[in-house]
Formats: sequence, structure tokens, C-alpha cells
Amino acid sequence: MNARILDELRAIVDGRGLISSPEELHTYECDGLTNFRVMPRAVLLPTSTEQVQKIVRVCHRERIPFVARGSGTGLSGGALPVENGIVISLARMNRILEVDFPSARAVVEPGVINLDVTARILYNEFFYAPDPSSQSICSIGGNVAENSGGAHCLKYGFTTTHVLGLEVVLPDGSLVHFGGKTLDTPGYDLAGVFVGSEGTLGIATKIILRIVKRPACVRTLLAAFPSTNEAGTAVSGIIAAGMLPAAIEMMDNLAIQAAEAAVHANYPDCGALLLVELDGPLAEVETLMTDVNEICRSNGASEIYVAKSDLERALVWKGRKAAFAAMGRISPNYIVQDGVIPRTALPKVMSEIVRLSQEAGLRVANVFHAGDGNLHPLVLYDRRVPGQEEAAEILSSNILELCIAAGGSITGEHGVGEDKKKMMSKMFAEPDLLTMQRVRSAFDPLQLSNPTKVFPTPRLCGEKPGEYTAHPLESAGLAERF
Amino acid sequence: MDAATQSQSTTLHSSFRYKLISFLGPDHVQAAAPADAVAGVQPKMIVAPGNERDLAEVLRLSNEAGLAVIPRGGSTKFSWGNPPSRADLVLSTARLNEITEHAWADLTVSVEAGCTMQRMQETLAQRGQRLALDPLWPEKATVGGVLSANDSGALRLRFGALRDLIIGVTLALPDGTLASSGGKVVKNVAGYDLPKLATGAFGTLGVITRAVFRLHPLPRLTRSFSVATATAEETRRFIHAVQNSKLAHTALQARFESGAAPQVDVLFEGTEAGLRAQEAHLKELTETAGVTEASPDIWNARQSLWSSLKPESTALAKFTVLPAEIEESMETIAKSARARHLEWEGVVQATGIGWLRLEGDAKDLRVSLQELREQFERGTGSLLVLHRPAAMPSIDTWGNAGDALHLMKAVKQQLDPKNTLNPGRFVGGI
Repeated sequence: MNARILDELRAIVDGRGLISSPEELHTYECDGLTNFRVMPRAVLLPTSTEQVQKIVRVCHRERIPFVARGSGTGLSGGALPVENGIVISLARMNRILEVDFPSARAVVEPGVINLDVTARILYNEFFYAPDPSSQSICSIGGNVAENSGGAHCLKYGFTTTHVLGLEVVLPDGSLVHFGGKTLDTPGYDLAGVFVGSEGTLGIATKIILRIVKRPACVRTLLAAFPSTNEAGTAVSGIIAAGMLPAAIEMMDNLAIQAAEAAVHANYPDCGALLLVELDGPLAEVETLMTDVNEICRSNGASEIYVAKSDLERALVWKGRKAAFAAMGRISPNYIVQDGVIPRTALPKVMSEIVRLSQEAGLRVANVFHAGDGNLHPLVLYDRRVPGQEEAAEILSSNILELCIAAGGSITGEHGVGEDKKKMMSKMFAEPDLLTMQRVRSAFDPLQLSNPTKVFPTPRLCGEKPGEYTAHPLESAGLAERF
Repeated sequence: MDAATQSQSTTLHSSFRYKLISFLGPDHVQAAAPADAVAGVQPKMIVAPGNERDLAEVLRLSNEAGLAVIPRGGSTKFSWGNPPSRADLVLSTARLNEITEHAWADLTVSVEAGCTMQRMQETLAQRGQRLALDPLWPEKATVGGVLSANDSGALRLRFGALRDLIIGVTLALPDGTLASSGGKVVKNVAGYDLPKLATGAFGTLGVITRAVFRLHPLPRLTRSFSVATATAEETRRFIHAVQNSKLAHTALQARFESGAAPQVDVLFEGTEAGLRAQEAHLKELTETAGVTEASPDIWNARQSLWSSLKPESTALAKFTVLPAEIEESMETIAKSARARHLEWEGVVQATGIGWLRLEGDAKDLRVSLQELREQFERGTGSLLVLHRPAAMPSIDTWGNAGDALHLMKAVKQQLDPKNTLNPGRFVGGI
């Protein structure tokens, strides 16, 4: 990229929205997955859709690859810059443009922070449902790219359920609209394809969200079990009884210990902890809570506790949400994994994880979104011990293979990004991936939009999953995630 | 078509037919009858492969031979969409009708495209589960057909549409590719979400051969209530009060027709104690209007619009408006229909999706539908014409496809470059 192009880009963003000095570029060389780092040629911070279009048109004309970036909290390297490419940060496009309560819609720019949507509408008893645990720092644009989930997506669905329409700058710089404020707009569901495409199909510049009325009441139960097997059977019992809780979370003993050490959530010391949250009308929730209590007890729960106030409920969640970062209390280094299994495969997959963990001589802590089978095994290791890092990486990969073998997925919410693209061919057959690539070609024939992510390329064989390092904001105590 | 082309085409069809018979057997390759016409266009043959590999192969051969393929499930919505520009082969999914796996403990089902909704629901119900969707004519409509037409009913308010329930799909593409995407687990962000692309694509990108859905438990108890509102303003206030309350209703619809006051129906699902409390809460919201417990049959109101359909004087349309514009849309319809001396009957659901039946002179129907489409499109909504009398001047089924039409065409070009599947039936000539 020569100086002429750089000047042209700088002029688009009024001079103030371009970063090109090496020291400032360092901030953008990775996202939440810090073991992959690439220095971009420049970072652009547009403030309007028109600016995004102009930047992308230059990229298209000059064949410069670009990567859109929200808050950079992603855990799969999706916002990792591309060699000789630019980063387009949407952080300055952070206005909530419109809230329509009667129709339960909000229109936002991509840089709006997830939690700020709820903060804006809470006074009228509405909330924005998708709740990735980085929600106090992650952006809606990033959520759209990753189709972010969260603990409550068991009942409320993922980002894709809540995105009704998008304004998108395509990789040739043209502006299009997918979906809308009304449902079932005529034509293909391009909004459905775009959400979760990890920045490979263009850049969203406006997002129409569905907002949700807050439930009349929320109850959270904590139950202590001898092991994950009993806790897993209790989860199956809850599902079999015809209930759809707002969230069902599970932590194993090692995760409990770490969370206790970090935030003192007053968790009982047990083999596995189950957290069940129900919401809805009071009478309904109370009836079902009695049933959940009974199911937990009959499946061997030794201790059951229902949070009595919002404060107690917050403390229960605090331990769960702190689980990733809490690993630092019990291990110098660790890798966060994100895999999905059919829930019924839990006992089998767990015993396999135990076996693999023993064989590798490494501890694995487990945190699950148990309702939907989303596992977050945390592989603990010490980098100073020769060979341990490599062993941890192999173990982490092997756990993903267990998920695939059980009929699950290599990622439930963190995305494929840079990190897991080599696993894609283990989950999908060649024709499956080629078909996805054909769809991509319709959007981005020149492959300029986040070109090296999601899909496997032969030269990328042998890459390994990376160690978890706290995001700078997380280390500073400004955010947590799980 | 001149005589030479006609004879060339006939030769092509007969040699092609033998090729298909050679691997599917004579029973599954039939000459098409007049009843098989696709929105007025007569196809040549009906082909019913017994498995997805064979289906993909039939599709590949047809594509290679330049024949147009019209996928068909239960034929319940076969007349929807624009007439195809060409129709050679009807590709029936009737024999792909197995429920491959009901993983009830995981709340998922894998099912072949030709299985009827009702048969699938009956199987799921044996384990106290359902696909939380209330499509039209479930006893005949197939999984593939319902998906392709993106049909949904009143349950959509609570459970979302098919796009929110489908978690995996296998598509046969015109080049013979069988491509799967999504998977068997509810939570999965690996790769593009092609199940959503196939949903509502009207069979123009590929033929759905199987799908995987997330399931919901059957409700313990259900209760329906109806509220007769005297004025339009009262209807508006009541719908708004319910929608803005903390009631956890599963569905809400407004029924309206010429010469009668609108009725608003509300559906609750849950436990005995929960339902009692919600009923009491609902009654507090109704002010002057009376609430009566209603038969569950009121939820068939949408499908009833099609019953005793008078082919010469009835038009049917689906329309979408903002949820806050439900009452306004009913007024708009009444005004337009009255001006053209048409009778009307309709249902609008809380999601802002409505269904309308108009009766009257064919030309007046055309004028009214066009006028309503313009008004709804002005407010970001839409109007789809699903049925029109033969005498009514033709009207595009879909209306405005927006500024992404060129991209939709590019997607079509990538997956079906020879325009083999359902040519011309979808938006913007796709």
C-alpha cells in the first residue's frame, strides 16, 4: 500500500480516523485470542456508512483485503488483521439510532456496546436478549459477525434470532439492505446468511434488532451434585419434564474451586454445580421451580439453594461468569475451548475428557452451557514446564474431535475465525464447504472481506489452538466473560 | 415453439425419460397429468426418486439436459408463486419421507423432506414434544414444502419462524452436489447458516432433501381466550395493552371481516396455576370489553380463509406490517375493499403477519391488491398474492424485493447457474 492510497484513505476519515504508526497499530494486531498476531498496514475509524463505503471502494479498486472490527473481544481470531490489509474499526459508529417500543425494535450502529442497548431500554421494561458474557464491552456489530450466544440463548435464541434487518456495505462498496423492521421481507433470507459469517461477506453498518419485554419474575436455583454425571441426568430430567429454563449452567469441581478463589460466590464444594434459571409469570415460575427442585433432589443433589434476592442472584452468576478468568488462580496458563455435543452425550464425552486429561497429565476444568450441550473445557498448563504447552494444545484439539465424533460442533459461540478453520474439514465434507464458498463468491467474488478466515486452506495445516490470555479490559477488572 | 423445436423437445423428453426409468424404475417416472400443472404451466413428467442420492442424480441429469425442474412436496402450496417460465420435470419428494432420528432427549429431530408435518408431529408427540410451528394443512404439507415456502402460524410470536427452528439442512444442487450445513446441535456457529438460506427460497437454490430441527416440549395445558372489541380504537388499545404487559402469551391474533367487529384471540400455555394467574391478569387488561374462553379452533382461522374458496372471485394474500400497525392494517384493508365493493376477511398475528381473503369482481380485486401492496410497502411491509382468480389480470406474487435483488440473483447464479430450479417463480424473476 503506497502513500497515495494512505492519503486517500486518510482524507475519507477527515484525517482523524486513520492510524498508521506502528506503536498505535499494536492495539489492533490481535483480538481476544492473543496468540495470533498480524500487524495491519492501517486502521480506519469511520464515523458514517458513507465513509465505510468510500473506504471499501478504495480497497476494492486496489485489491486491498480488509477486516472489520468491533471491540476486539472475539475468542477465535476473527478480527485478526490480514497481511498487507487494513482494519476497519466500527467503534466510532456507536449511536442507537431509534427505539420503537410498540413494535419492539431498535436500530443501532455496529459499534454500539451490547449492554448499552439494554441500558437504553430498561426504563420501559425491555431488554436486548443475547448476552455474551463480554456484553459490557463487546459490540453489536461483532455479535452479528459471530452470531454470539450467551447463557440465556437456551430460551431466547442467539443473535440471529434477534437481528431482523441489516444495512450492509458489500465488498465492492455498494450498499444493500437485508430483511427489515417487518418480518418475511420478499426474497432470500440474506440477513440469516450474513449473521455469523464472521466478517467474510461485508460490513454491517446498521442493525435492526428485536427487543424483548422483561419477564415478570426471575428465579435462580443452585444445586450441588456428587459429579457431572448426576448433574447431567438432572438436566435431562428437567428437559424431559417439558420445561424450557432461561438458562442451565454447569461447573465441575475444578471450575468451582477456581471461581471460589476468584470471587467468593459461596459455592458449595462439590463434584458438580448446576445453576438453573427460570423466568416468566410468577405463578408459573414458582410451580416449575418446585419441579426443578424435586428433579435435582431425586438425582442426588446434596444441597439446593434458591437465590432470595437480586443481590444473591447476581452473586450466583458472578461466580459462573468469572470462571474463565478465575483459572488464573489455579493455573499459570490455560486454553479456553468451545465445543458442542448433543446433551445426552455428556457422560460419555466427560469420561473421555477425564481419560485424555489423565493421559496428558494435565488438568481440565469444565464449564458448560448444559441446556444446549455447549462445553467450555479449560485446559490448564504451565508454560515453564517443557512440553506442557504443546501437550495442552494437543489435548484441547482432541477434545474438539470428541465433540465432532459425538455429533456435535467445533464451535457453539466463539466462531471459527483463524483458530478453528483447520477443523472445518473434520466437521464438514468437501461439497459442504464448497457450497458455502459459492455463496461467499456471490457476496465477495474478489475475496477481500476478511479473506483468510473460517475456511480451511492447505497452507494452514498444523496450526494449533492458543492459550487464553485475558483481554486488557478484563485484566483491568472492567469486564468478565464466560 | 415452432414444429421443429417442438419435435426436438419431444425427442429429448422421451430419451431422457428412458434414462430416468433405467435407474428409478417405471413406477417412479410418470407422464404428467393436467392436474400436475404448475400455476397454469404444464410439466412433462413426474419423477419420484427413493433416496437423496437418486434425487441429486435426477437433478444433475435434468440440469445437464437443460430441463427445468419443479420440486414438489405435498402440493398444498404448489400454486403459490409466479408461473414458471419453463416446467419440464416435477421432482417429487414423496418417497423421501423418513423420520431419520428423533433424539428426544436432545430435543432434536432429523427428518426427510417428504415427510408430512402431521406425521412428524405425531411421532414427536409420543415423547411429549413438537416442532413449535403451526403451518397450513399439516396433514398434507411436507417438511420440505413448508420450509421452502417459509410457512408459519400464530405460534411464531413465541417460538419464532422456521429460520429459528431449523438447525441443519441437506440440499441437492442442480450440479448434483449434496451439501449439508448446520448440524444436529442447537448451538452451532461453524460455517455459513445455509439452513436459513434454504428456508423461504421457494426451491430456487436447491432441493431440500432433509432437515434437522430443534424441538420444544408440548405444553402441559393450553387455554384460549377471545375478546370482542367494539371499535377499532378499542382493538388497538387492547392489543397494545397485552403486548406491552408481562403476560407470557404464546400467540395473539386479530380476526376481522366485512360487516363484523374485530375479535382478538390470545393463547396461553403452561401449568394450571400459571394459566389461572394469566387469565386473571388478562381480564384486568381488557377494560370494558368482555373476555370469553374460546375453543382452540379459533387458531384455524388462518387456514379457514382458504375453505369454500370461490375460484372465480376470491383472491388470497399474505401481508406484513409492523407489530404496532395491526389495527391500522385492518383499517387500510377495510377502506380499500369497501371502495371497490369487495368483501373481506382476514387474520393478523401479533408479529405483524396477516392473511387476507378478498371477494368480488376480478378487476377490482387486482386494483385493491395493488393499492394495498403500495400502502404496505410504503411502511416497510409487503404483500404477497397467493391466489387469484383466473380472470384476474396477472400480478407479481412477491412485490418489491428491495435493493439486494442483484445479490439474490448472484446467489442464485452461484448455486443454479442454468436456472434449472423453479425458473421465474420467485422474486424479481428468479
